[in-house]
Amino acid sequence: MAFILERSMPTTNLPDPMLPDLYRVQRVRQETHDTFTLELEPMSSEQQVAAKGVSFVAGQFNMLYIFGVGEVPISISGNPTPRKVGVSPPRFVHTTRAVGTVTKAMGKLKRGDVLGVRGPFGSHWPMEETVGKDIVMVAGGIGLAPLRPALYQFLSQRENYKRIILLYGTRSPADILYRRELEQWRARFDLEVQVTVDQARGAWHGNVGVVTTLIPRISFDPLRTIALICGPEIMMRFTILELQKHGVGKENIFISMERNMKCAIGFCGHCQFGPTFICKDGPVFRYDRIQEWFGKREI
Amino acid sequence: MEREGYPAPGFRLPTPGYPMQTLEPILVEHPFFKGLEPRYLQLIVGCASNVRFDSGQFIFREGEEANQFYLLRQGKVALEVFSPERGAITLQTLGEGEVLGWSWLFPPYRWHFDARVLEPLRAIAFDGECLRTKCEEDHDLGYELVKRVAHIVIQRLQATRLQLLDIYGLHS
Repeated sequence: MAFILERSMPTTNLPDPMLPDLYRVQRVRQETHDTFTLELEPMSSEQQVAAKGVSFVAGQFNMLYIFGVGEVPISISGNPTPRKVGVSPPRFVHTTRAVGTVTKAMGKLKRGDVLGVRGPFGSHWPMEETVGKDIVMVAGGIGLAPLRPALYQFLSQRENYKRIILLYGTRSPADILYRRELEQWRARFDLEVQVTVDQARGAWHGNVGVVTTLIPRISFDPLRTIALICGPEIMMRFTILELQKHGVGKENIFISMERNMKCAIGFCGHCQFGPTFICKDGPVFRYDRIQEWFGKREI
Repeated sequence: MEREGYPAPGFRLPTPGYPMQTLEPILVEHPFFKGLEPRYLQLIVGCASNVRFDSGQFIFREGEEANQFYLLRQGKVALEVFSPERGAITLQTLGEGEVLGWSWLFPPYRWHFDARVLEPLRAIAFDGECLRTKCEEDHDLGYELVKRVAHIVIQRLQATRLQLLDIYGLHS
C-alpha cells in the first residue's frame, strides 16, 4: 500500500537552508518560571533580509543555534503579519521552555547577544481553509506558542471568520503563558477564551480540569469548524476524541506534531513519522492524513 | 441555599384549569436528561426544585450526608479537598450544563469533597432519597439513571487520570 500525502504546504525557499543567519536578541521576556520569549532581529540589512524573502506562515518553526552549544527547533510565536518595510526590521519571536542544554543556555541570553537562525521551516496552519468558518483552537501548555501567530492572523482579519474560540489548558495558574495578552483577548467580544489548569489552590477562581472538559461548554457549528490543536500528544489524542464526539470531522482537525528535529529539511531522518518527516511534511498535519500513525507507540 | 418558587408574599395560586408550570421543560433541555423518556421525567420531576447559591457558599462539605444532586444551569462551582498543609485544593470546576454530585446514588451516601461556589449558581436540586425510592420502584428508571451517573463518574475518572499524568510538566 502506498501512502500518498499532499505536500502542498511549503517547506523553505532559502538559498542554503543549512546556513544560519545571524540574529541579535532584541528583547527577552520571562513568561513563567521556566518559559521565556526571545525577540530576534536580523543582523543583516533590511534589504538583504527582504531579498532573502524571510517571512513566515503561522505554524512554522526556526532552528535556533547557540554557538558552541547546539541547535534546537522552536516554533515561531510572533505575528506573521508583515511589518511595514522601512519602518522596522522584521523580527522573529520564539517562546520556549528551558528544559535541555540548548534551551537552558538560550534562557541566559540577554539583549544584544547573537545567535544563529535557520528557517522558517515546515508546514503551517491551514489559514486559507479557515475563511468563513468557526475556529476552535485548543492549546496545551507551551503549545499555545505555535498557535499564537494563527490567532494574530485571525484577529487581524476578524470579519473573515464566524466564531473564534481559544481553549487553553496548562499545569497551574503560575504556568499560564502570555497572561497579559490572554486577559486582553478575554476582554474582546468577538473572541471566546477559556483557560483551565490541572491544579489550583483556593486563590484561583478560574476553571480547574483538563482542557477537554472545556469543549462541551462552548458553542460552535461542528460541520463548519476548523480545529487547530497544539500540545502534548496525549492531550491532542483526547482533544481529537472529544471534538469528534461533538461532530467535528477528521479532515477539519489539524495538529502540530513534535519530534527530535535536527536538519529541518528531511535529510537526517531523526524526525521520521511513518512515511513522513515532521520537519518538512509537518509540523502541522491534517489529522485524517496521519491518523494511522498517530498514537502508535512504535512511531 | 435559597429555594426558588416558594410562595412569596402576594403570591396567587393559578386559577383552576390553568396549567401549573413545572421544571420539566428545563429538565428536558439539560444534557444530563437528553433522550430520557417523558414518562421518567414526569416521575422524577417531583423530586426536583430550583435552587440558588451565592459566591463563597459551600453547597456541601466532605463527609456530610449526600442526599442531593444538582443540574447546573448557571454559574461555577469548585470541587475541593482540604489539606492542613496546603489549604483548599481545587480538583475540578463545574459549570453550566454539568452535574454536581453522584454520591447520593451509591452507599454510604457521603460527600467525598467540598463544593464551593465560585460564581453565583442557579441549579436544579434533586432529593437523592426521593430519587432512590423511585429507582427501587421502577428498575428501568433506576438503570437509566445509573447509566447516566456512571457516565459522569467515568468522565471524571478519566479527567483525573489525565491530570495525574502531569502532561504539561517538564517530562511530558
